[in-house]
Amino acid sequence: MNKFVKFGLPALVLGLLGVGWWLGLAWAPPDREMGDVQRIMYVHVPLQWMAMMAMFINFVAAVTYLLRQSWKTDAMAEASAEVGLLFGTLGMITGSIWGRPTWGVYWSWDPRLTSEAILLVSYTGYLVLRRFVEDPEKRAVWSAVVAIIGAINLPIVWFSVRWWRSLHQVQSTPKTVDPQMVLPLRVAAFGMLALLILFMVHRYRIALAERKAEVALPDALPTDDPAQRAAHSSKVA
Amino acid sequence: MRSTRPPGLFQTTLVLLRKDLLIEWRTRARLNALVFFAMATLLLFSFALGPDTKLLERNAGGYLWLAILFASVLSLGESFRVESENACLDGVRLAPADARAIFLSKALGNALLLLALGVLLVPVMVALYGVRIVTGLGDLAGILVLGSLALSAPGTVYAAISSNARARDVLLPLLLFPLVIPALLSAAKGTTLVLQGDPMQQLGSWQGLLLGFNLIYWGVGFVLFPRVIED
Repeated sequence: MNKFVKFGLPALVLGLLGVGWWLGLAWAPPDREMGDVQRIMYVHVPLQWMAMMAMFINFVAAVTYLLRQSWKTDAMAEASAEVGLLFGTLGMITGSIWGRPTWGVYWSWDPRLTSEAILLVSYTGYLVLRRFVEDPEKRAVWSAVVAIIGAINLPIVWFSVRWWRSLHQVQSTPKTVDPQMVLPLRVAAFGMLALLILFMVHRYRIALAERKAEVALPDALPTDDPAQRAAHSSKVA
Repeated sequence: MRSTRPPGLFQTTLVLLRKDLLIEWRTRARLNALVFFAMATLLLFSFALGPDTKLLERNAGGYLWLAILFASVLSLGESFRVESENACLDGVRLAPADARAIFLSKALGNALLLLALGVLLVPVMVALYGVRIVTGLGDLAGILVLGSLALSAPGTVYAAISSNARARDVLLPLLLFPLVIPALLSAAKGTTLVLQGDPMQQLGSWQGLLLGFNLIYWGVGFVLFPRVIED
């Protein structure tokens, strides 16, 4: 497992993203209306999919934590929120790079963009909360509550393109897209999924290690009381 | 003979709400501060945008709700500060009061305060921005009630959390503002329709959105709040 995470997963990420993006840039045809500009889809769309997935994992971890308390689910919630915010922000930046030549503006107040911006700000608030609460148990409970309340935004973002028909196009399906575009998108999406897993595993381990250090800290600190010091050293020995 | 049956959820909520309102009534500090803060905000909008009466009149609904939102952050923070003094919240829970009743009473108390604030701000807005209430006071009252309830339900949960965290003054708006955007949007649109007439009959759909927002967040708050204040 460790070896796979250390060597296999990064190689898988590089391989899948390399092949997917090469297919997208060199093999797939340019879009009929947008031309080569459309090729940013092979980066933008997988990033947004993975951001949504990470935030959904965050929601599941938060619910699980409230049902059964465990540092593992709390660490998973922290990892998924941070990685999800990273992917979502990158997805938004690539989207606005694409928006400038296509729509003529970097940013429009379209429902999809607006709801996505709200989502990203609310996850920023979630991560700020995690930094501002020292007691690890309280932090875990409170951030789980905030995560569940914030996750109500997720379906709004996903369905916004259907509820309010506006500038942003509705989700395409393999039936509506050229097969030569579907393949690179799929490969790139699996590459991005591998990258998501890689980031999540590392961030999860860091979060878990931090939590264990925090929980162990009161005992591990050196004390001035000779009796306690003796008790502690005898326990260590 | 006195009954030994513990009071129910509804009764506990009423008792706690009465206690909160009594504290508020005895000092009246919070409502006074809120009213002057919100009036200053309304005044500042007209300074920031210049004395363009047309512009102010057109956007009056948005300004009203922004003033209420900013004031609500102060009010929500204050509503838990009185409880953390002398560990009053622990005392209430040991009474023992159901944590869900604490949520209901706090959220209802905050909503009542915001509603009172809104009622006091409307004449100020009429005077400052020169607006007319076209579709009637009933519609305006409906929007004010729904909007105050919508801000106070998630606000109460977040205020309970942030009142115990570091940097609480930053944390509460950071958590609350993105969350209440749908409520703010529909309350502002609804108020604008009330002030400028509603030829397309859109008011109902904005009220529906507010109602849906209220149902979701009052439900979520009711279920999750006990976990927030547990020890």
